[in-house]
Amino acid sequence: MEFFNDDVLFFLEVLFSGLLTGTLYSLVALGFVLIFKASGVFNFAQGAMMLFAALSLVGIQEMLGVHWTIAFVLTVAVMVLLAWCVEKFVLGKLVNQEPIILFMATIGITFFIDGFGQTIWGSDIKTLDIGLPNGSIDFGGIFIDELELVAGLTAGAMVLALAIFFNKTRIGRALRAVADDHQAAMSVGISLRNIWIIVWSVAGLVGLVAGIMWGSKLGVQFSLSLIALKALPVLMLGGFTSIPGAILGGLIIGAGEKLAEIYLGPFVGGAIENWFAYMLALVFLLFRPQGLFGEKIIERV
Amino acid sequence: MFYREAGQFKSSYKEDQAVFPILQDRIGIAFILLIAFVGIPLFAGDYFIGAIMTPFLILALAAIGLNILTGYAGQISLGTGGFMAVGAFAAYKFATFTITIGSIEGTLPLIITILLSGVVAALVGIMFGIPSLRIKGFYLAVATLAAQFFIEWLFIKVGWFTNYSPSGVITAPPLNVMGYVFETPAEKYLFTLGFVAVLAMAAKNLVRSHIGRGWMAIRDMDIAAEIIGFKPLQTKLSAFAVSSFFCGVAGALWAFVHLGTVEPEAFGINRSFAILFMVIIGGMGSILGSFIGAAFILLLPIFLNNVPPMIGLEIGVDMVAHLEFMVFGILIIFFLIVEPHGLARLWTIGKEKLRSWPFPY
Repeated sequence: MEFFNDDVLFFLEVLFSGLLTGTLYSLVALGFVLIFKASGVFNFAQGAMMLFAALSLVGIQEMLGVHWTIAFVLTVAVMVLLAWCVEKFVLGKLVNQEPIILFMATIGITFFIDGFGQTIWGSDIKTLDIGLPNGSIDFGGIFIDELELVAGLTAGAMVLALAIFFNKTRIGRALRAVADDHQAAMSVGISLRNIWIIVWSVAGLVGLVAGIMWGSKLGVQFSLSLIALKALPVLMLGGFTSIPGAILGGLIIGAGEKLAEIYLGPFVGGAIENWFAYMLALVFLLFRPQGLFGEKIIERV
Repeated sequence: MFYREAGQFKSSYKEDQAVFPILQDRIGIAFILLIAFVGIPLFAGDYFIGAIMTPFLILALAAIGLNILTGYAGQISLGTGGFMAVGAFAAYKFATFTITIGSIEGTLPLIITILLSGVVAALVGIMFGIPSLRIKGFYLAVATLAAQFFIEWLFIKVGWFTNYSPSGVITAPPLNVMGYVFETPAEKYLFTLGFVAVLAMAAKNLVRSHIGRGWMAIRDMDIAAEIIGFKPLQTKLSAFAVSSFFCGVAGALWAFVHLGTVEPEAFGINRSFAILFMVIIGGMGSILGSFIGAAFILLLPIFLNNVPPMIGLEIGVDMVAHLEFMVFGILIIFFLIVEPHGLARLWTIGKEKLRSWPFPY
């Protein structure tokens, strides 16, 4: 292309790649937001759920030798079962406890799921292949990874579906009611237990989709559950309760991280990806403590 | 019957304000200290002292530090490992820093080195505590992760901190206090115990002072605390400073006494989580709880490792690791369900029971 010189092209390529990686972070962050919104639980187990979902998918596919769509449906069933177990054995017993206790409990769940998944499916690195493309497309000089493009589109579709689900369906309304006020929701006849099971199932489904994307990118392995740590700054930036925030936060973090690594990294010794996102979110929060789209914090004594 | 305050009259303010107002508590503490200072070094084996007691004490110290911040001042922190690393590296830099006074050359005395490293950690803690004035709850918890990752990266990347050692792993200097070198596990244990006993007592006193009450007021409702006259800036930052001081000293001890090497890997994110576990399982807002929690989290994996061979089960090594994960997770959830206020609560309940035993009505 003669409009741009190479530097600009390179910048754009880094930017797009960052934005698309960002949507992958958003996918993980979405799971956090869903559960935090509906139950006020900061679900640290989201990363572990993602790993477990991806492991189950690959495991079921290998064990039964079926097409991935069937394995997908079965994995969704597994995630619903997991959600039921979490509600029945953990959250149901911890109703009315302080948020930090619930947070700790989800770390306990993380340990359990990590151990359980690897006990059943083994700890080898597995390849996940459901026919996602892995080449790259040339957009007028800018090369874009096809897988990342698919992931970006999926994330977009997911958000759209969730938005419709939350705003137009009966269950979605019940979810929002619970998010607003537990007691008021219960008093109009919404079953908290069912809502929690549903929301954990949906988070499991989101985790599964995220797990498929990350699994195709990196292979299904233990380190997948650590990507949850990457999603936390996204969450801070976007606000814990906002779905669009998770997406926008992911884009900002993804792009910022990549650009910083390329343009800032060499001056300070590199490998700044680990903390740059956190610092970015931290500085941002100093000016807007509730995140980009978080609900306004109103404090009463 | 045996544990009650009946008949113990206080006739001065000093007695009324004692740390342990009841005679039985004083006897109990004296007894525990006697066992810790004399009994264990004399009668316990080297493995028990070196591999269990010393790390237990150091981790308990770190847990007290985090408990001050999370349990008393209500600021959740996931950066404990980072602050411990600051302590460890600061101690290393102080220990290798040569001071020349006239014709005498030497390094700072070891105890001062370790305490100074705590001060450095406190300063770093204040720096990373500043966001807490704006950010609350889980936002803050995630924000403290920034400290964790940034500090880890800093010590790996910047050669000055490791005195340009090529591997990034450095050997800690010997524990030399006034010419006496602490070498055997029992001596190292006593060295650690001295620090932990003094600092734990200091913490116990601090949390019931004006400062400690300010922390608790901030924890319970920060706006209300502000209205009754606690300045959030001083109160929150002092909590970060004191907490980081404890963590820094613990980090310095961990590197100098327990590991013998100074390396950033020893203070990763998993260390931060482990210490948070100790605080929550042990009991938030309880110094005793920090010790119980540290013992629990440290001993549980050792116990889980040894159970399958003991009952004659033969399973592969990685299988054991996975099962350990599972059981660890289940036990944490179990303890949270049966006693959400931590194991220290059991002691409180036990005290109530003892008071009225054997006639509870």
